[in-house]
Amino acid sequence: MAALLEVTTADGRPLRVALDAARGRARLRAMALVAPLLIFIVITFVVPIGQVLFRSINNEGFAQTAPNLTAWFDANPTNVAPDETAYTALAADLELMRRNRTAGAAGTRINDVLPGSRSLFTSSARAAADFAAPFKDAVLAKDARWADPRVWHAMRTASNRYSLDYYIIAADRQRDADGRIVSVPPERRLYVGLFAKTLWQSAFITLLCLALAFPIAHLIATVRQSTANLLLILVLLPFWTSLLVRTSSWIVLLQGQGVVNNVLVAMGLIDTDHRLKLIYNNVGTIIVMTHVLLPFIVLPLYSVMRMINPAYVRAARSLGASSWTAFRRVYLPLTLPGVAAGSLLVFILAVGYYITPALVGGADGQLISNMIQYHLGASNWSLAAALAFILLAGVIVLYWIYDRLVGVDKLKLG
Amino acid sequence: MEATFATHGTLPPKAQGNTPRSHGCPDPAEYVVFDRVQKSYDGLSLVVKDLNLAVSKGEFLTMLGPSGSGKTTCLMMLAGFETATHGEIRLSGRDINLVPPHKRGIGMVFQSYALFPHMTVAENLSFPLEVRGIAKPQREAQIKHALDMVKMGAFADRRPAQLSGGQQQRIALARALVFDPALVLMDEPLGALDKHLREHMQLEIKSLHERIGITVVYVTHDQSEALTMSDRIAVFNDGRIQQLATPADLYERPQNSFVAQFIGANNSLRGLVEEVKGDRALVRLSNGELISATAVGVNAKGQETSVSIRPERVEFKPELMPAGAHTIDASVIDTVYMGDILHCRLKAAGNDNFIVKMRNTLGQTKLSPGERIRIGWHPEDARALDPI
Repeated sequence: MAALLEVTTADGRPLRVALDAARGRARLRAMALVAPLLIFIVITFVVPIGQVLFRSINNEGFAQTAPNLTAWFDANPTNVAPDETAYTALAADLELMRRNRTAGAAGTRINDVLPGSRSLFTSSARAAADFAAPFKDAVLAKDARWADPRVWHAMRTASNRYSLDYYIIAADRQRDADGRIVSVPPERRLYVGLFAKTLWQSAFITLLCLALAFPIAHLIATVRQSTANLLLILVLLPFWTSLLVRTSSWIVLLQGQGVVNNVLVAMGLIDTDHRLKLIYNNVGTIIVMTHVLLPFIVLPLYSVMRMINPAYVRAARSLGASSWTAFRRVYLPLTLPGVAAGSLLVFILAVGYYITPALVGGADGQLISNMIQYHLGASNWSLAAALAFILLAGVIVLYWIYDRLVGVDKLKLG
Repeated sequence: MEATFATHGTLPPKAQGNTPRSHGCPDPAEYVVFDRVQKSYDGLSLVVKDLNLAVSKGEFLTMLGPSGSGKTTCLMMLAGFETATHGEIRLSGRDINLVPPHKRGIGMVFQSYALFPHMTVAENLSFPLEVRGIAKPQREAQIKHALDMVKMGAFADRRPAQLSGGQQQRIALARALVFDPALVLMDEPLGALDKHLREHMQLEIKSLHERIGITVVYVTHDQSEALTMSDRIAVFNDGRIQQLATPADLYERPQNSFVAQFIGANNSLRGLVEEVKGDRALVRLSNGELISATAVGVNAKGQETSVSIRPERVEFKPELMPAGAHTIDASVIDTVYMGDILHCRLKAAGNDNFIVKMRNTLGQTKLSPGERIRIGWHPEDARALDPI
């Protein structure tokens, strides 16, 4: 029916086909122009990040180092207590680890979930050559900790190719003797608090940036073009200096014997024995990150404010609004796309910021990205990946909320 | 004085602007007064030089002039967005130099309309009423009244971006009128509309002005718009009012060459004054011809002058020539067909851009290039003005 009604070209070809043919070449050419960047991004960005994130749930290491145990776990369901066959498999695997020198790696994997169990593997593997049947008694004689059901739970999940172990760790949780997921003791809780701190601190830095950037952006948007260009250069100046140089200069300014403290002491505002601790703590992280991220909010704000016709505020004034009312009811709502874009940009950058807290954060100024970096450095890639994925998911959720509240189409980045 | 200012914003709109304040009962002919007003932006040159102007209550006064002539600056000073460098601006007898814009109670229509894009039409109109603390039921009544006035009652819930230019213009007008200001300023409000719509809106604004009896100060650079709408026109150039007169006076009796050139089409013949007697002057044109003209900008023998003659007052058919007409030789350069009229360019008395307008009637004479004709006009229609 539709075919009967189909519009055709002058020579009788269906119009849709003719149009597709006519557009095809242009579309191919456009694709060819985009292809290099697309391929580049896929190879250097999507694939590596995908692989790293994949590592947060995938670990084949234990299954390879302990094939006998893995076979036993596969044959026996979860609720079966380890019997003599299980201990036989364990003894065989410990002997295998001794010969392959893989006890450390296997121990580390279990140690992640059950701290303190690495030595159990290394010491038992050293003695593995002497084990003889009955293996249960022999192994338990070597180390009674092998009777702990948590060790067996840990080995069972570790023998799976995919596990959520590292997400459980990242959520400050662990499995108890019955395999249930419970909170770790308070003194070992680390990540949830750090996530929360990262979020509120990023929000605080975003607010600070917004409060500082709004007047500046307004000034740049309203002065003469030549002055505006000069001010923009000053705003962008930090981009032209290395992040390390900027951060180091903050150290010079803020440290105990630094410029700020010396000036305050010289002015008699503080006593020399009570110099302010402005760096190597959270205060330092907030000050320096606010400075570093400021341009990212000035630019979107400026680009939005520049497009606001001054006649709007004049109209509001002529209609009887005081300058404050005109600002609140007319100017501010018109700047919202810039406020939202700049805040989102600064917040997302702040959530994942690493180098500034690492340099000036000291002990209490560290954020979640410093923890991710620590685990990467300590070769615990799976935990680093799990933390990174949670961070990414959190940002995506915030972005989704932003989209629902403000609308991404209203975003203006300059 | 201070107390009056403080309560001004919350007064019922009817009372605003009408209430005499500091000077008892002000003269209705001096509703808006510019008294020796000067304005400089850079401290080096004056944009407005010694402006004296009185607008009477209910008048439609247009400030007309080329861009940079100071007319918009005057409007902005009246609205309160610029401060006068010198002099006094009075509204209803009260010096308003130091009154902030939102306490002046003046409605304003902007060239860009300046409708708030994040508010609906109704919210835009509600804004001036809300900031005056008017209760919701009365607000709604006033909004409806204002929208009906500009025939936009059905558009209350639209956003400005969903309206055409003409519709936005009407809303801007309604918003400037909704709080019943006694004075409305319009800054080239029709500048962004196409010709047809512009002419339509001119008549609508004019009839609205007559219906509700507000005082309007209107700024434009379009002389036909000024002639159509105004009670009086102030022609601005170079920071001064060149002439302040009714449209007919301005067109028929321009006081200087700038006004003659700026308003309507004009033929200008250069010459030297031979003699001035009463209001008549004898002028020797550059081709040696001696003509009689009304002396306006000349008063003594030997002065250079520029004689202005409107194209429609020039005749070339002997049978239509007015009695006592002065005639000179001319040769046709070209004729441009413009539909309703034929625009004929002549070379006459040293001016090779001398225009004659001919109605496109059945059997109208077709003038061909190179043809030699004799043209003439009544001496009353020639005005000897200052030299250009």
